[in-house]
Amino acid sequence: MFKQDQLDKIAAKKEKWAAKLEATVKKRPEREEQFATDSGFVIDTVYTPLNLKDMDYDADLGLPGEFPYTRGVQPNVYRGRLWTMRQYAGFGSAEETNARFRYLLEQGQTGLSCAFDLPTQIGYDSDHPLARGEIGKVGVAIDSLADMEVSFDQIPLGKVSTSMTINAPAGVLLAMYIACAEKQGFTKAQINGTIQNDVIKEYICRGTYILPPEPSMRLISNIFEFCAKEVPTWNTISISGYHIREAGATAAQEIAFTLADGIAYVDAAIKSGLDVDSFAGRLSFFFNAHLNFLEEVAKFRAARRIWAKVMRDRFGAKNPRSWTLRFHTQTAGVSLTAQQPMVNIMRTAFEALSAVLGGTQSLHTNSYDEALALPCDESVMIALRTQQVIGYEIGVCDVVDPLGGSYYIEALTNALEEKAMDYINKIDALGGAVKAIEYMQKEIHNSAYQYQLAIDNKKKTVIGVNRFQMKEKPVEGLLKVDLSVGERQVEKLKKMKAGRDQAVVEAKLKAVREAALSDTNLMPVFIDAVKEYVTLGEICGVLRDVFGEYKQQIVF
Amino acid sequence: MSEKRIRVLVAKPGLDGHDRGAKVIAQALRDGGMEVVYTGLRQTPEQIVSAALQEDVDVVGMSILSGAHGTLFPEVVNLLREKGAGDVLVVGGGIIPEDDIPALKEAGVAEIFGPGTPLESVVKYIKENVK
Repeated sequence: MFKQDQLDKIAAKKEKWAAKLEATVKKRPEREEQFATDSGFVIDTVYTPLNLKDMDYDADLGLPGEFPYTRGVQPNVYRGRLWTMRQYAGFGSAEETNARFRYLLEQGQTGLSCAFDLPTQIGYDSDHPLARGEIGKVGVAIDSLADMEVSFDQIPLGKVSTSMTINAPAGVLLAMYIACAEKQGFTKAQINGTIQNDVIKEYICRGTYILPPEPSMRLISNIFEFCAKEVPTWNTISISGYHIREAGATAAQEIAFTLADGIAYVDAAIKSGLDVDSFAGRLSFFFNAHLNFLEEVAKFRAARRIWAKVMRDRFGAKNPRSWTLRFHTQTAGVSLTAQQPMVNIMRTAFEALSAVLGGTQSLHTNSYDEALALPCDESVMIALRTQQVIGYEIGVCDVVDPLGGSYYIEALTNALEEKAMDYINKIDALGGAVKAIEYMQKEIHNSAYQYQLAIDNKKKTVIGVNRFQMKEKPVEGLLKVDLSVGERQVEKLKKMKAGRDQAVVEAKLKAVREAALSDTNLMPVFIDAVKEYVTLGEICGVLRDVFGEYKQQIVF
Repeated sequence: MSEKRIRVLVAKPGLDGHDRGAKVIAQALRDGGMEVVYTGLRQTPEQIVSAALQEDVDVVGMSILSGAHGTLFPEVVNLLREKGAGDVLVVGGGIIPEDDIPALKEAGVAEIFGPGTPLESVVKYIKENVK
């Protein structure tokens, strides 16, 4: 990017300047002996063209909407349409969730994001003994199509896009969503949305796995294949670094482990006989936006560049759409403090801004009270308003990749790419992401422990926790999901089950079993079953029976 | 003669998969000189109590971020008492609203460590309160 004689001149000047710097530091020592990013990159005082002397503008950056997409996946990014403002919501009963969804749409939210309770995420109905105390707590309880119908009542599924945080039983929930949309009068081709469907990161760090890796990967490939034919605008997976980061990973580990998981899914789908370009365009990603602002911006740019190269060069994808990494971002839950919770509004705003400067396609901003409880209506509204301020008031969306070309951002983007590729190569050497689960867990845990030690010994400042503390009154108005939600849900389920034709239910479950035992695609069978109100727990029960359950290795 | 090392069971009751805190605490207790067993995810109160008895621990530390603490923490305390292990120190942590703490303490949970607690204060509390 720079001519050699220019670089020589800068190098000569910098040498002289270094003496000046040394004198300054001697007189007034710097705040830290060494400055470093969260991923451990040592930060120089200043960055110049010397840091980018090997950079090739065309090959490394290019123009937005062009390979390697460092600057963005569309030619004009937010000048066309802003990102989708998508607040994750869902708690208690289907009725309460429906009310929250409609509230958010009225406030100007542009897409829905549905949270499910843990029994749903792990494929248990609300009447299962392990569901005790968990029903409706962290999301809505969906036992059958009946609950889905209530959750999306008066919300036209052919017109909104819905993201569903569901993994191990994603196929069954997608089947219910399709059935629900069809009942509203829409076709499969008209619905839009995303299922998370990323089981590898469940094994690594999120914990809502059901089946062992092999059948899980088959289910995922079935979904890719089915959607490519029948639900063409559905995002079939959201390969998630969010939880990997929340579990403790650094920025470099976050993108490395996420992209390694992505590589495993592409590998599995190709092995199952699919052509890479038939499904790759519907893969989507999900990243965290953490506090270290500039490193986060660089992280998103590096991730896009790595994925473009992986898809084109490693997998031989031909369609440019297959090369693009499109992603959702959520601000970092772990950065929220229970102390002085209003300060979380600022943390979230900066994190959200890094995601926007990093070119995210959709965004969830956390609410200030989430270190204490599920967010209340007021805190959710402020979180959404934060996105609206970024989108409509501060002008950062009027130009594409405004930090591109900054010597520091580009140097950091390069450094993150290099470090992430080292990890990806290591994971390849271990036999791929599924084989490297315990390796990644160990790396994540070590980073988490170091992070906590840095807070405890005050190397890392957390306002309200280890600096600038003050006496506080307890926060009022926190949202609570009481146990009666669970009792009512169990009652409702009992009634619904009693009203079904048992012979039909048995027949549908038999069909699921037969399909599971053969190599047919399971999606049509799921849709058939859920339409007869066969429950999630019943279907997952059959899958557990046929495939067995995953057993976690304990690593710490 | 060296002192008997404190034995701790770190457990994840219920279906919650957030284990960053549990593992970090487990390591801090280990680095603090204790013997630590970590159960892994998705443990029922029965499984936790049976592990506590089998490992002959002095302390059971539980972590829940899903909101199920009100149901599951007291069940563990009650089961320990039923099995004659009522002297085991039971502590908890996670996303636990302030309002819920009095009821948990009444049920026999000795202490709740919320977000922002330094590791050292957990180690210190356990050392001072194990009988």
